[in-house]
Amino acid sequence: MASIARCLRSARPLGLSSLVKSSVARPIANVRIARSFSATSTNAIRKYTKEHEWIDLSADNKTGVIGISEYAAKALGDVVFVELPESGTKVKAGDAIGAVESVKSAADINAPISCKITAVNALLEEKPGTINQVPEDDSHGGGWIAKVQVDEEGVKDLEALMDVEAYAEFTAAEGEDH
Amino acid sequence: MHNALRSATPASALRSAWRSSSLSLSLSSPHTAHRATAVLLSQRRALSLSQSSRPQRNAASHQQLHAAPLFSQQTRNASSSSPSEALDKTPLYDLHLAHGAKMVPFGGFHMPVLYSSLSVSASHVFTREHCSIFDVSHMVQRLFTGAGAAAFLQRVTPSGAEGLEAHRSTLSTLLHADSSGGIVDDTIITRLPDIHGCAQFYVVTNAACRDKDDAYFAAEMDKWNAEAGHGALQVVQEQLGGWGLVALQGPESEAVLDHILDHTAKTDLKKLLFGQSIYSQVKLGGMRVSSPLLISRGGYTGEDGFEISIPASETVAVTEALLAAGPEKVQLAGLGARDSLRLEAGMCLYGHDLNDATTPVEAGLSWIIPKERRSADAGFYGADVIAKQLTPKSKGGSGVQTRRIGLIVEGAPAREGAEIVSRADAAKIGTVTSGCPSPTLGKNIAMGYIQDGFHKAGTEVDVLVRGRPRKAVVTKMPFVPTKYWKGIAPA
Repeated sequence: MASIARCLRSARPLGLSSLVKSSVARPIANVRIARSFSATSTNAIRKYTKEHEWIDLSADNKTGVIGISEYAAKALGDVVFVELPESGTKVKAGDAIGAVESVKSAADINAPISCKITAVNALLEEKPGTINQVPEDDSHGGGWIAKVQVDEEGVKDLEALMDVEAYAEFTAAEGEDH
Repeated sequence: MHNALRSATPASALRSAWRSSSLSLSLSSPHTAHRATAVLLSQRRALSLSQSSRPQRNAASHQQLHAAPLFSQQTRNASSSSPSEALDKTPLYDLHLAHGAKMVPFGGFHMPVLYSSLSVSASHVFTREHCSIFDVSHMVQRLFTGAGAAAFLQRVTPSGAEGLEAHRSTLSTLLHADSSGGIVDDTIITRLPDIHGCAQFYVVTNAACRDKDDAYFAAEMDKWNAEAGHGALQVVQEQLGGWGLVALQGPESEAVLDHILDHTAKTDLKKLLFGQSIYSQVKLGGMRVSSPLLISRGGYTGEDGFEISIPASETVAVTEALLAAGPEKVQLAGLGARDSLRLEAGMCLYGHDLNDATTPVEAGLSWIIPKERRSADAGFYGADVIAKQLTPKSKGGSGVQTRRIGLIVEGAPAREGAEIVSRADAAKIGTVTSGCPSPTLGKNIAMGYIQDGFHKAGTEVDVLVRGRPRKAVVTKMPFVPTKYWKGIAPA
């Protein structure tokens, strides 16, 4: 199954790509830049992958929260099912840890960095639509996917990721690229 | 497909001498008639005419220019302006963009997958509650004309074309000439009124199969027309290139369409049942009225609805007239909703649920074969194989090894390609060919092929999604009951 990015990019006629690669200009350049919604780890810095996941790393570089970006959530359409990882699982950067599914498509959620899953957002099993409403909210009631424990390798992986401005440019370019 | 798509005869610019009296039922466009006759008289040209494969779609028009200048302009009206652009545009392309469509390439055309006003699931639900307009102009609209047309269709399909009454349609399959029983494409065949004594059929095939079907028909018609004894049974084909095909689907379809019908013809939609068609003009706003359009009752969603074949020049106006009913009643819907709607209705999508190796019996489409054509000597391609498959092994036939079934899957939705495995020993027993979360049922539905023996409704199996087994139950299709208009039930 495709990663979110592949889903967004794939050439399948009815795939997600369609939703993004439209011939209609979409106002995606205005990805929300401010992080007004973070309720925890106030010093955390949010980083994004090219596959449209985000991760907040705590100030002490020990823990983090993972989710999918607002851009991806919007492109996916109404999310009706979220497959969550299992707590305790250790993963490398890029490993599939779950999936988000809409009527039309399924997209893997990949680990943005090497980490160990310590908690998952069980709310998404009951209310998968939360992903559409507040995908970048890491608070209780938000659309975050998992909480993770991070070691040195994970911190290093972080260097390859984009900050919010770079990600906004990346998605803007992707949206226009059709 | 299954699109109860069917429609039009080139009834385009003709109202001139033609009077669409009472019901324009027998509106057999005089132009078509002349043309068909002319073509039949000069066989050589007829044969070359029939070969309109894709690359020739432009070129096809100049063949046609000789035969009938009238048709030249319809061949490629809406083509892209830039020659480098590979994709075609339907007559509704600009209208889609104006309504915020997300366009995707599909079947060689720019097609809307959804519109900014509704998500795929919202559009799906809207269609089941009200009605939606789908642009299906990318599909290939063909006309087969000639004294041998019915017999020709009875060779390439298992349908009873000869017994089909005028203005009746049937779902059918084009079958491979190698007698394997494999399906070239699925199609809706509509018989039109005879033209100057010549039978005429309107045949709609899938856009994604255009090239393959073009080559298939060209070869089959050449063969047919050249055969000894077929001198008086010639068949010609013509494509309604550039024409619009618009589907109106959902419970409010009848009211929305009735509102724009030109009632001078006293057309009563209540009398137009599922699988039937009529010619009717529609009001286009102002004092304008359309040319007589072939309107067929049916569709690809399981809902009541219509499919309307429209000359390119009138497609936008007809669509806008339908949309004028207002956004509470009617919305545009794209390929996204079309796919989940047809899946709930248990209908096949060629290239996914059907392919060149599938036979109609394996596909659960035995019902399209009339009783009198179920024998090995029925005369259609693959009749031998298909007749054996129709009889179970226990009764001396071959039965089938695998057959198309529906599944309801717990937890994660199973998509195309997911393996179906036995719950007892985890052995692979089938494959999912289409699947999605059903917006109507709130459950994950799928269709696929499963080993004979596991096919009975209620059989519990597992489906592998992301490597993990998910519980699934073989379920009768349609998943959502169909609501075709079959007339007022007798009291």
